[in-house]
Amino acid sequence: MSEKVVRAAKQVEHKVSRKPKIEKNSSLWWMYLPAFLFVAFFIVYPFLNGIRISFTNWNGFSQAYDYIGFQQYTRMLTDPDTWLVVRNTLLYGVGSTIFQNALGLLYALLLNQSIKFKAVTRTVVYLPVIISPLIMGYIWYFFFAYQGGALNDVLMWLGFDKINALGNPDMNIWIIVFVNTFQFVGIAMIIYLAGLQSVSRDFYEAAEIDGASSFQQFKNITLPLLMPSITINMVLNIIGGLKLFDVIISLTGGGPGNSSQSMSTFMYDLYFARQDAGYAATQGVLMMIIILILSLSALVYFRRKEVEA
Amino acid sequence: MNYTSTKKKTILSIVAIIITLFHTIPFYVLITTSLKAKGDFSSKWVFPKEWSWENFSEAWGQANLGNALWNTTIITFFAAVLLIIVGSMAAYPLARRQTRLNKFMYMFFVAIMVIPPLAALVPLYQLVVNIGMMNTHEIAIFNNVAAFLPLTIFLYAGFIRSTIPKSLEEAARIDGASTMGIFFRIVFPLLKPVTASVLIIACVFIWNDYQFAIFFLQDKSVQTMTVALSSFFGENANNLNLVAAAAIIAMMPMVILFLFLQKYFIKGLASGSVKG
Repeated sequence: MSEKVVRAAKQVEHKVSRKPKIEKNSSLWWMYLPAFLFVAFFIVYPFLNGIRISFTNWNGFSQAYDYIGFQQYTRMLTDPDTWLVVRNTLLYGVGSTIFQNALGLLYALLLNQSIKFKAVTRTVVYLPVIISPLIMGYIWYFFFAYQGGALNDVLMWLGFDKINALGNPDMNIWIIVFVNTFQFVGIAMIIYLAGLQSVSRDFYEAAEIDGASSFQQFKNITLPLLMPSITINMVLNIIGGLKLFDVIISLTGGGPGNSSQSMSTFMYDLYFARQDAGYAATQGVLMMIIILILSLSALVYFRRKEVEA
Repeated sequence: MNYTSTKKKTILSIVAIIITLFHTIPFYVLITTSLKAKGDFSSKWVFPKEWSWENFSEAWGQANLGNALWNTTIITFFAAVLLIIVGSMAAYPLARRQTRLNKFMYMFFVAIMVIPPLAALVPLYQLVVNIGMMNTHEIAIFNNVAAFLPLTIFLYAGFIRSTIPKSLEEAARIDGASTMGIFFRIVFPLLKPVTASVLIIACVFIWNDYQFAIFFLQDKSVQTMTVALSSFFGENANNLNLVAAAAIIAMMPMVILFLFLQKYFIKGLASGSVKG
């Protein structure tokens, strides 16, 4: 009893002594100030500064440089390497997205059945997700390398010629897509698996009574109800694929020539190997624009599908 | 009916085994390679007659992996702690106080998630040089914190909004608790599930980080595992057996953690992926 009185008294005291309306409607902005400063200083400021540098001929280390207007931009648009690199980046982004989703969905459908070794399969497929993409690249390098690679041993046993998979400009891009898919298919699989497990069994039972085939059930029940998972996976994989860097460094280093260069590795090359910082910054702006357009349109497109479904 | 369903089950189980075997191929090749002696160029499909375990000790010493392990641990640990404190604190008002400023700030943090950090490589590198933080643990920590803060805030804000009852905080406020007191003593302990996710995302991605590390940690003394491994690969292109041993050492800590905490890893990384 007396305790309550004391507490009530304390409350009154608080109300009187503290500022009126204790922060009830204030933004409490000081709580996110540290986060804001981190992001502003290490992401927003460099990003804006990058736009400024893209209008210069800075070489990356000297104090002196000139503003040269849109020259780097016209250079970029007329540089055949730009379009090669953009094409590669799109292949990495779109290719990885298609394969990761198709394979991830198939694996999820399989693991959603009552079969043996389910847990082992899930663990093994998922494991590469937690390994550094750089290391994953080296691991597959042992497989695809021209000299002493595991793949060429098999080809020779079967009586075929050795192939220089990583040195062939028509092939190396697809190998990088393959390795990236291999590494991250586990995430797509898990997201689809969660989606599948949330679909109620009742739908399938009703469909079975109506005599729907398994394919019809998949097309008319499973797929529409998986739309949210598909959205997540698509957007995620596109962004991941377009940003590809580590795997390319460890598998081909962007070569031979510029044949497997992505926008990230090309920028790295321009800045550090060719001392062309102004131009590298311009490529950075282009990369930003492409990622923004693609990921936003993927998001909008699949969100709309979700509503329809 | 029963017959076909067991038959189907058997076939699907065999498919699962084939998939599993396929996914172990690169690891099998990695292991056989790592056990071959120097100059042994026999097929990577077969184990050598005598296993040269000394590849591992040699790789450990030559690639300076002990030092790299220490650097990676320090960077990952402090980045994760900062992410959790700064991120959860930032998310709280953004989730609870719907003022115009806060709505704007929330959009700001979400929008930042789309910016690929590498797109600003040139100016970021210049900034780091100018503030004299090249080759320090701090810059790796700060860069990673900045890169993962938006996602962290997004996860925390979503969790606070959907699962923490407002009445708890109101009760505490009536008892006269300060905002900081309410947050750290009442709200924060309830955020354990997201904190676990953030911790795992931070551990996996920051531990494996190469994009920041290769630019800002080039000096041997501050190299992380990935940077040490890539320079070791450059020096030993003719001796891949050693590189394979180094790669196994470098990925072991994460693999062991994953095998023990698999459930949390899968859940945490999945929730982190749902940022689209």
